[in-house]
This record gives sequence, C-alpha cells and structure tokens, in this order.
Amino acid sequence: MALAALARGNLPGTDNDRRVSILPGRITTPTLASFVRSVASVDEVGVTERVASLGTRSIKKDSKMDALILAVRMMDLTTLEGKDTPGKVAQMSSKAIRPDPVDSSVPSVAAVCVYPAMVPYALEAVAGSGVKVASVATYFPSGQIDTKSKVVEVSSVVTLGADEVDMVIDRGAFLAGAYFKVFDEIRQVKEACGDQAHLKVILETGELGGLDDVRRASMLAMAAGADFIKTSTGKVQPAATLPVTLVMLEAIRDFYGATGVQVGMKPAGGIRTAKDAIRYLVVLNETLGSAWMTPDWFRFGASTLLNDVLMQIRWLKTGRYQSADYFTKD
Amino acid sequence: MAKAELLQAPSPPLDWKYAPSRESTDIVSLNERYGLFIGGAFRAPLSKKYFPTINPATEKPLAEVAEAGEKDVNRAVKAARSAYDDSWGSMPGKERAKYLFRIARMVQERSRELAVLETMDGGKPIKESRDVDLPLVAAHFFYYAGWADKLEYAFPGLDPKPLGVAGQVIPWNFPMMMLAWKVAPALATGNTVVLKPAETTPLSALTFAALAAEAGLPPGVLNVITGAGATGSSLVNHPDVDKVAFTGSTAVGKLIRNSLAGTGKKVTLELGGKAAHVIFDDAPIDQAIEGVINGIFFNQGHVCCAGSRLFVQESIHDRFVDKLKRRLSTLRVGDPLDKNTDVGAINSAEQLAKISELVEIGRAEGAEMFQPDCVLPRNGFFFRPTLFTGVSQSHRIAQEEIFGPVLSIMSFRTPEEAIEKANNTPYGLSAGVWTSKGSRILWMADRLQAGVVWANTYNKFDPASPFGGYKESGFGREGGRHGLLAYLQGIS
Repeated sequence: MALAALARGNLPGTDNDRRVSILPGRITTPTLASFVRSVASVDEVGVTERVASLGTRSIKKDSKMDALILAVRMMDLTTLEGKDTPGKVAQMSSKAIRPDPVDSSVPSVAAVCVYPAMVPYALEAVAGSGVKVASVATYFPSGQIDTKSKVVEVSSVVTLGADEVDMVIDRGAFLAGAYFKVFDEIRQVKEACGDQAHLKVILETGELGGLDDVRRASMLAMAAGADFIKTSTGKVQPAATLPVTLVMLEAIRDFYGATGVQVGMKPAGGIRTAKDAIRYLVVLNETLGSAWMTPDWFRFGASTLLNDVLMQIRWLKTGRYQSADYFTKD
Repeated sequence: MAKAELLQAPSPPLDWKYAPSRESTDIVSLNERYGLFIGGAFRAPLSKKYFPTINPATEKPLAEVAEAGEKDVNRAVKAARSAYDDSWGSMPGKERAKYLFRIARMVQERSRELAVLETMDGGKPIKESRDVDLPLVAAHFFYYAGWADKLEYAFPGLDPKPLGVAGQVIPWNFPMMMLAWKVAPALATGNTVVLKPAETTPLSALTFAALAAEAGLPPGVLNVITGAGATGSSLVNHPDVDKVAFTGSTAVGKLIRNSLAGTGKKVTLELGGKAAHVIFDDAPIDQAIEGVINGIFFNQGHVCCAGSRLFVQESIHDRFVDKLKRRLSTLRVGDPLDKNTDVGAINSAEQLAKISELVEIGRAEGAEMFQPDCVLPRNGFFFRPTLFTGVSQSHRIAQEEIFGPVLSIMSFRTPEEAIEKANNTPYGLSAGVWTSKGSRILWMADRLQAGVVWANTYNKFDPASPFGGYKESGFGREGGRHGLLAYLQGIS
C-alpha cells in the first residue's frame, strides 16, 4: 500500500489548517502539552536494531550510482565558521555548482548553507545556477535570545533573498516543558519566511533527552509549520545519527498520515562518507518510500561528504580509486 | 522564473531499485552423492537407497543423500556405543572441551561456506543464515565447550554422569542451529550422538560431520544418518539408544512419547507453537511493528516460536494494522541468496501446500486477508507474506500451527483478556509483550503460559538462555545450564 493512501485524502483548508488539525482543540499551553505527551514512545533498542538491519543492505552497480548522484543533488554544502569570508563562500559556491570539474555529468548540489552575513556573497556566486542559498538564522547555533530578535534576523535574511532558512528550536524551552514557546516561535519564524523561503527547523537532537524527545520535538515542529525538520547544527555532539534520523522519518510518516502534509528531512553533521550517505538513503527509502527520494524532500547537511561521494562516483565509472589530491578542496 | 516558482519546481523522485546482490555459491563444493557418516567416515548405505535433496528456491537437485534403513541405524548406534565405551564417555571434561572449542572455531572460519550451503538447501535468506544462524551455531559450541570441564560446578554436590548414546532428530527450519543445540550439550556432557537431520535439509549436517572429523573428533562420537520419518523412527526406537532428543511437530512428538513409554529412555521434546504476540496501546508502536514483522516473517515463519497470533489492544488496532500492511509491502521476497532478500523460499512443496491450504481455510472461515502485491520468482516455492484481520479464537488459523509467513490478528480490551486469549491454546512455547510499562511486563510474564516471554523484542536467542515449552510445545530445556540436565544422570 502506498504511503499516500494512508493520508486522510486531500483535507480541506490551507497547509496550516491541515497541520494544526493534528492538535487537540485550540492551541494553548495545556493542549500542546497533552499533544506532546500523546506522541508514541520510542524504544531505543528496537530503533538501533532496525538501522543495523537496514545497514546490511548491499547496494551495488547501477543502484549505487543512482544513490551517489542523488546524494550529490541532495547536498547542502555548508560552511558555518567564524572565519568564513566572501572568498571562501565564493569558492565553495563554485564547487556547489560544478562539484567535479573534470566530469560535467556530476550534477550541482541542492544548496549552499551559510551564516546570514555571507548570504549576499553566496547569492551572487550561485546566481542563475539553480543552486539555492540556505541561511542559518535565529541566532544559530544556540538561539539564546528573545523571539523578536530571532524574527528580525529571519526577516533580514529573507529580504536579502535567501531561499531557505535553517532555524534552531529553543531547546531550553522544550526541555522545560514550555512547548507553547517552542511552537509559537516556529510559527512566527515561518510567518517571516512567508512564501519566499523554505523553513528547516533544527531540533539539535544531541541536546534533547533521548529518542522520545526527538519524536515529540519532530511532531511539534511539523505542527508549527516546519517544511523540513533537521537533526543538528553540527556544533553539538552527537550530531546526525541513523537512529535519530529513523525516528524523525517515522514522525514524518505519522504526520503525513494524520494531516496529508508532506515534510522534508535533513540530517546534518557527522555524515562524512559515501557509505554513510547510502545508509541514510536506504533508511529513507524503506521508511518513507520513493516520494521522498528527491532533493525537494531530503537533504544532507555536510561539509566534507561531497568529496568522498565524488571519489566513489569516479571509482564506479573508471574502476580506479584516485588520490584525494585529485578532488578540489573548496 | 519567479522565486516562488523556483522553490516549487519539483525534482522527480528516484524510484530506487536495488541491483541484485547475489552471494556467490563458488565457496560451496558439493558431492554428487553422500553416504552415511558412521564411525568417522562416509559409508554407502546398506539399504542401497538414495534420495535427492533440492534447492527450494530453484527446485533443482543439489545432491543425492543416502536413506538409512534399519541396518544402517543399527550400525550407527553401534559405532556411537563403542565410541562411548572406548573413549568419549570416560574422557576428562577438559579433553572433550578441546574438541568442542576446535569445532566452534572451525565453524567460525567456515561460516560463510556453511551459511551459503544452509541457504541453498533450506531456502532461508542469506542475511539470516549469515547474521543469525551461523553466529549462533558457533556461540552454542563455544558455550557448551566451556561447560565440559565444569559439570560438577554446574550441579554442586552431585556427581553428574553422561547417559550414553543420544539419538537426535532435528527439523528443517534451522538445520545447523538445531544441530548445534542438540550436539553441543550432548558431546560436552560426554554422550555420543547419532543425529538425523531432516530429509529436505541434510547437507549442512553432513558437511558439519566432515568438519568434526577434520577437527579430530574420535570416530563414532558423532554419527549423521540421513532419511525420512522411517529412519527417525528406527533411531528413536533403537534399544541401545539411551536418550532421545527431538525437535519437530507436536504430532510426531506424541508418537515418540507413546512409543518410548516404559523403555526407560530419557526424552526431551521441543515441539510446535502458536505464540501470542501482545501489543498494548502504550507500546513503542514503530518498534513493535518491527518486532511483529520479525516475529512472524523471520525464516518465512518456519519458526516454532513464531509470533503467529497477534493480539492488539482495540484502541490502536486499526492504526496498527495500517502500519503493519504498509510495512508488509516493503518486505523483499525472492532469491534467498540475494543479500537484500528479507523473505526467502518456503522449505518444500509439501510445506507450501500446507500453508496454502490453511490460508484458504482462513478465507473460507471469513477472516480478511491482506497480501502485498510483490512479484514472486517463477520457479521455486514462494509464498507472499500474509496477514489476516477479523480473526476469532475459534478460527483454525488462530489455533493450528501454520509454520509459514501467515499472521492472524485479533484484538483485546484489557490485560486480563489478553492473558485469557493468549493462553487459550494447546501450545506454550513462547510469547511476546510490547508496552512502555515495566510493571505490566512483569505482570504479563507471570501469567503467560510460555517457556519464553520476550518483552519489547522478539526472536532473540542466546546459548546461555534456556529454551523450551509448556503444554503441547514439549518438555525439557535446551540452552543454558538447564540444557545440560537433559544429557546427564545422577541429578534430579
């Protein structure tokens, strides 16, 4: 049975109406608390076993090439450092547009992901290429400031022309049980994104209290308006893991089943090898199915993954491994 | 293009098909014909009869094996008796242990070969024979090798002694693993063995016999004779057999018990099951789904402890069944040698016919059937993963062991009702409980009449953990310290 058949048909109303239809009644502090508590629990042993079992999938030949090319197309090539400069961003962007200078059949990545100050340079560098510009915002990575300032920052990157906004949730509020604060902040940021920018909501799962929390935060973020949910900032360990990703994908599946709203997924941080990327794609494929197997609904947030994927692509094409020196470091 | 349009311009999703990833069979070298392994060597059967064993995934013959007649059985038991009298029975435990450790290591070294062979002869997916069966086989030999010189510590103050010659008859669902469960404790305790593997899956046991000889196991300590029911019957009824261990159907188990009554032979029986798998509404649902899938589709459902009766709390029944159906559709059914296959071949044409018949009965009784529309291979014995909803306790598919990939789903309202229904079966081998509430797990485990109760998991095995049944699922325990009891005298 296709996953689409599980959705409650085409529910009436706007995207937002459908999202909040999963909540019990009006959106208040108590109703959000009871919603969060109603989210199905997660058994960590079972999750670990499931990803271990999917990890034994043997992906070879054409299916491997398909996965590697898709992984390139799904990549948010990222630089998020205090020492980022216009020059660094320009170089990374040119790699994003043409990842392998000697093999023009390798497609562009999905987006470059930068700090707000770098957005204008990134926009200039990728202009006309189809590569999008994602900006982290909401005082990434900690988000330790009032909601109003976060919204101002988001509005400014949207005005600059960012295509995508990667916000962080207020983990402190979530852990303190202040779900309304978390929800409302996402809602306001979403409003600031308007029709112009896609909103990715970073849960920073490494700071949450285990997989139950990951699932609860996922549901809350989706109900509040997340177009994508994202594991991590990359600044906290552990960042993306397969168990966390599986739990978030299962939450996306349940949310889609209940509301008919499709939400995307972005694991970020710690995914460094082509083999890892393929494992993530297997988990995606077998949890959400082919409807999500596109850069529209799945992204990898990574800075060093791309070169390993390129190396594997060249190996598949030529039968030879080439030294890392043959792949550009931008 | 306007910004909003650019954002919405979709990239078509990838319909990702995994390329076939077939495990090579080059590592396995088969003889055209196998004799009986008696007294340390392969011997032509006195019966002069042979029968073919086939690959159930292709229906092509793999080899011919001997059919042991009564005279052959007698020869094997004699060989086992003299090995017991001459060497094995009186050998110090630490010496016996050396052989068992050596066998365990050799199984590990050759595990890929043995896994491929197991899959070729039996039809189970290579990922199971590779990742479950063979690791457990080696673990079982290591575990009982460790006990061999510590028997007096296992039963302090007693003087445990071996029984003599053990006649062991094993089924076709886990050929190597059942061999290990039987042979390892028997040899560790100083008994000698005549083993009869199932007629559809004799090859791994014969290969193992050769491996044991290579390990230097004295001739006659382990004898492997092949054949069908008549051979098994001659073996268990042979007057010089001291101990009978049988794993298989309840019907045959009853026959064995009848014929052995009054003979003084020690018996352990591990028989059928119709396990209850109970899902409460506070369970971790997505992991419970995986548990249920593993519980019934592991090894095509050819598992005596398979969770074949699913009880779902009524408040989550419909949602759970929807999720289960979706998950069923992602199971990869097909070539067992493909590393990505989840559900392999049914072991034999006979078993396929039995499964099909019971499924037809289920439909006729009015239960609602669901099967995913996966494509089955043209040749070989395959059956779609199947589930039935709207099943009642009185339906035959809720009562009889199907021993195939078929799940019967019922609902319950309260924990008391779950217990009543779960125990309402002549069987009692295993059960599973899924709930987030620790106290409820203990409450359920106290009341479920089953030899094994798994909580928030299913089908987990470990050589240190005893396994065995209540009621018509048999008696005696295999595995753990308990597993030694079945092969010792002087303990009661």
